[in-house]
Amino acid sequence: MEDQKELKNLIIQGAVYKTTYTKKFENRENYETPNENLIYSFIPGTIVDIFVKTNQKVKEGETLLLLEAMKMENQVRMPFDGVIVKIHIKKDEIIPKRHLMLEIKPA
Amino acid sequence: MSLRSNVLDLRKRKKEVQKGGGDKAIEKQAAMGKLTARERILALLDKNSFHEYDLFVEHAAKDFGMEGKTLHGDGVIIGTGTIYNKPVCIFAQDFTVAGGSLGLMHARKITKIMDHALKMRVPLIGINDSGGARIQEGVNSLAGYGEIFFRNTLASGVIPQISVILGPCAGGAVYSPALTDFVFVVENISKMFITGPSVIKSVLGEEISMEELGGAKVHAEITGNAHFYAETELECFEQIKTLISYIPRSNLKKALAHKPKAPLKGKAIDDIVPVDPRIPYDMRELIRSITDGSEFFEVMEGFAPNIIIGFGRMDGETVGFVANQPMVLAGVLDCDSSDKAARFIRYCDAFNIPIVTMEDLPGYLPGVDQEHAGVIRHGAKILYAYSEATVPKITVIVRKAYGGGYIAMNSRHLRADFVFAWPTAEIAVMGPEGAANIVFRKEISEAENPEQMRQLKIQEYKEKFANPYVAAAQGYIDEVIEPGETRSRVLHALQVSENKTASMPSKKHGIPPF
Repeated sequence: MEDQKELKNLIIQGAVYKTTYTKKFENRENYETPNENLIYSFIPGTIVDIFVKTNQKVKEGETLLLLEAMKMENQVRMPFDGVIVKIHIKKDEIIPKRHLMLEIKPA
Repeated sequence: MSLRSNVLDLRKRKKEVQKGGGDKAIEKQAAMGKLTARERILALLDKNSFHEYDLFVEHAAKDFGMEGKTLHGDGVIIGTGTIYNKPVCIFAQDFTVAGGSLGLMHARKITKIMDHALKMRVPLIGINDSGGARIQEGVNSLAGYGEIFFRNTLASGVIPQISVILGPCAGGAVYSPALTDFVFVVENISKMFITGPSVIKSVLGEEISMEELGGAKVHAEITGNAHFYAETELECFEQIKTLISYIPRSNLKKALAHKPKAPLKGKAIDDIVPVDPRIPYDMRELIRSITDGSEFFEVMEGFAPNIIIGFGRMDGETVGFVANQPMVLAGVLDCDSSDKAARFIRYCDAFNIPIVTMEDLPGYLPGVDQEHAGVIRHGAKILYAYSEATVPKITVIVRKAYGGGYIAMNSRHLRADFVFAWPTAEIAVMGPEGAANIVFRKEISEAENPEQMRQLKIQEYKEKFANPYVAAAQGYIDEVIEPGETRSRVLHALQVSENKTASMPSKKHGIPPF
């Protein structure tokens, strides 16, 4: 079965091996260094409330919005003292996991 | 009443109960492309060997209008029979009776046959086809599951436990199969998940079909929950029978020997394996070239195919094979392949099956995803499993055996009994390309033509280290053998190891990196 698959290259410690890939290997996600200024949803859910506005100054630990998922209201908090740059969500919006909610920057 | 009329009455009662959920429900089952629980048992076991128990058990539900209802056999059939004349205990959930839902008496029937299996030291086969807990019975059905899981754990490593998923198996119910040794799934019929698509949608807003979430292919290829995949129930039963033919009845026995057979005359062994270690081949061909009748019964074929596990016979005796597959991801070890091999090694060790390891790997798979997925603790499982195994352990190094991969794949250092290497074997800390770049960094960078120097140095390293003779000089491998001698050397090693005695220090149990 594998013989009919086209052989691909896999480089390990400088050597180029001819082989086939698995679906899991092909679908693996490339790692990106997280950008601290982008706040993504960590779970799919509903935006219950948003407490901040664009350009608003916010202190570390203040609640920015409520994301309801699994029957729980999750408070999304400010990770550092800073400013709200852009709001990408609306109240009552249903969002998937890893959805960009807010852009912030340090003050 | 005469004895005769008593017997006729018994027959009438049996016939009534054996109808399960009745004609309509049976028609529905057939419309789903499924056999009934009784048909399944009869198709799987030797002809006329099935003997049923607890046929007349009644359910114990008293609430929600259940008290007046009759549920034949309480939705599960239990009994004993034989496969290839070897005894087995079996239960099959009957979806035609209340959706095969599990209540107190249903669970009690299952645990009764499990207790039998453990006491009599015979394999247990469970056919799962159930909507889940019988909600009307409340905590009693949860208790039932718990009693089953507990017995699965007690029996683990004592008797073979086989789970066959022939319908839904959802929620807590999935944990019984997960605790057993081998899980069989069938296309379009098996469905396994903890939370179903409707719950996922209502809670998380993610939409997915049952098949995509927990169908047979998903478990055979992505999750690694299933060990055998079949397109039809009958094909699945053939797989179960074949498995039963390879394994012993319990941990007190050895697998029954078959008549020795020579391998089929296929491709010459030298033609299977290319000399260039970067060119792939199908490792299964190599395994088949040394097994009796060139038969190899592969386990978990679809999951982590960069490692191969399965059963074959040599001189009639069952052998467990663990082998790197250069055809997929160059045969690297990664999280999934380590899990897959480690569990199989522990299975073989628990059931007195010698392990033959065929080695050809460039090491571990590099990548952030692997590191973050815990390749350290997953990879450690394979070291643990080989180290603690006391069955005969034989290794054949075909080509590459680099770095941690060399150690992990049943090296002498983990107490392999016999290690053979082909003359093509390269046993080294890493491949020549990587090593030359490090060892000769200065020479290469300072050369007039660095690329030319690099090639020169790779060649130099190859000649010095990338061969079996350095390890042979240390006695880390026992003999460099000709490829054509592989079967005879392994056979002899198995013969010599037959009375192997080895033991681990006394302990309650180890702490493997689960």
